[in-house]
Amino acid sequence: MREWLELWFPNVMVRLPEFYKAIRDTLTMFSVAGAFVFVLGLALGVLLTVTRRDGILRNAVIFQALDKAINVFRSIPFIILLTLLLPLTRFIVGTAIGVRGAIVPLVIGTVPFFSRQVEAALANIDGGVIEAAQSLGMSSLGIIFRVYLWEGIPMLARAATITAISLIGSTAMAGAVGAGGLGDFAIKYGHNRFMVDVTWVTVAALVLLVCAVQIVGSLIARATTH
Amino acid sequence: MIRLEHINKTFSDKSGLIHAVRDVTLRVRPGEIYGIIGHSGAGKSTLVRCVNLLERPTSGQVWVDGVELTALRAGELRKARKKIGMIFQQFNLMAGRTVFQNVAIGLQYSGLSRAHIRERVERLLSFVELEGKANVYPSQLSGGQKQRVAVARALANEPRVLLCDEATSALDPQTTQSILSLLQKLNRELNITIVVITHEMSVIKKICQRVAVIEHGAIAEENEVLGLFANPRQQVTKDFLYTTSSLSGVYPLVREDSPVVRLKPGEVLLLMRYGTTQVCQPLVSRMSKQFDLEINILFGDLEIIEGAPMGGTAAIFHGTPENIKSALKFLEAEHITVEVIRDARMA
Repeated sequence: MREWLELWFPNVMVRLPEFYKAIRDTLTMFSVAGAFVFVLGLALGVLLTVTRRDGILRNAVIFQALDKAINVFRSIPFIILLTLLLPLTRFIVGTAIGVRGAIVPLVIGTVPFFSRQVEAALANIDGGVIEAAQSLGMSSLGIIFRVYLWEGIPMLARAATITAISLIGSTAMAGAVGAGGLGDFAIKYGHNRFMVDVTWVTVAALVLLVCAVQIVGSLIARATTH
Repeated sequence: MIRLEHINKTFSDKSGLIHAVRDVTLRVRPGEIYGIIGHSGAGKSTLVRCVNLLERPTSGQVWVDGVELTALRAGELRKARKKIGMIFQQFNLMAGRTVFQNVAIGLQYSGLSRAHIRERVERLLSFVELEGKANVYPSQLSGGQKQRVAVARALANEPRVLLCDEATSALDPQTTQSILSLLQKLNRELNITIVVITHEMSVIKKICQRVAVIEHGAIAEENEVLGLFANPRQQVTKDFLYTTSSLSGVYPLVREDSPVVRLKPGEVLLLMRYGTTQVCQPLVSRMSKQFDLEINILFGDLEIIEGAPMGGTAAIFHGTPENIKSALKFLEAEHITVEVIRDARMA
């Protein structure tokens, strides 16, 4: 087995510790940035939903400001956002390079996308159900947590899956500016030093990660759809 | 129990200002079942939403159970809403919660213990005859069962009032009857005042004591259901009544000039609508004898509304002009509403 691997993936096998570290770095970026994206995106998506014209906390000022800000950030390509945010990143985490430095742009680049996904997911919830909750005397906070977020779970799980997969893509891209991780690994050896086997193995690792995320997301969506 | 004072509601949209409710003033008495009937777009759904302020009226006051809701602050209004149940055409259950959780949702964070909530939900489910369905999700229920869950949910906080917005319009006729019977049961046994919004006269006829007919956002006519059937004053009311009465069958025949309604000279085609007591008298045979008339009955309709008979007859009267005139006078004296549909008498 080992000989076989060394025959087909020679450049990976001599850099195994580095390869494992790249996987760990990618998973760290993915999970830390993902946690922030999930919480912030969910909050902003809910805020968009409740402040819109027919929302339960209608507020044109907040809605318009948020709506426009999300559009602006969504129109900036991630690779440009990375450099654009350098000063902010340094201010927040003290460095603009490495895994830590990548997390700030990853969060800021993905939150607007996830907010829109959350908004779209919650828009599927029937207004009549919200009306029924109001008629029961539920508070706005109660409606957000016990109706929107509860009824929306299957659709939110799908939205989170799509966002998570897009986030994995972004972590690889962050590698290009020295963030480490699988993207960095592939560019450093596979691209710059023509080690094609490194590229293949990196791709395989990313595909596995994406598949795992997709399977978990689909399972949650299916289990919560009644 | 419910007092609406000069309620107006306007919406503005691209096409301009829409006056959905116009100066509506009405009172619903404690313990009664009050109907509001109107065509779709007449503003009846907006009006009923003004009662629990799901729609805030542009002007006017809303009083429920002695409290002016329009003067309450948000928190107080939420508390007041708990005492005003509401059910909807599309049931509006939460798909992600079981029947039990749907009914219990209004009770959570209300200071009741878990055991207390469980006990009350089970009692409600047995009241709406859904024992054994507590752990089922709404998607596994039929339309009628879903509406029963919605009723149980609306009753969870022991309201004094129940608002029904087209609650039977998505149901088949048989299920409609069972839901209407359920509403009657909770009206009688729990003494809950009910407001029923509908576009179906049959619903009004089955359970309501009083009714308001609404057209273009305003009340066209308000009356006891019995009085409304006996003596509709507005055209819109007549239109609604015809939808439930087989007597209306005479109009298309007249329009098509069917041989059945063609008159010989001297004849007249009348539509007589009876109130309550007169039906018990043999009117037709009395007129026939007393005024020497031949009376050919085309349509007859008799129904029991709120326990009293109510109905009408469409018939061709044949006789001398004087005798027909006397018969008309006789009918007038008996307080029977007469409509001359065709007249072939000599001038």
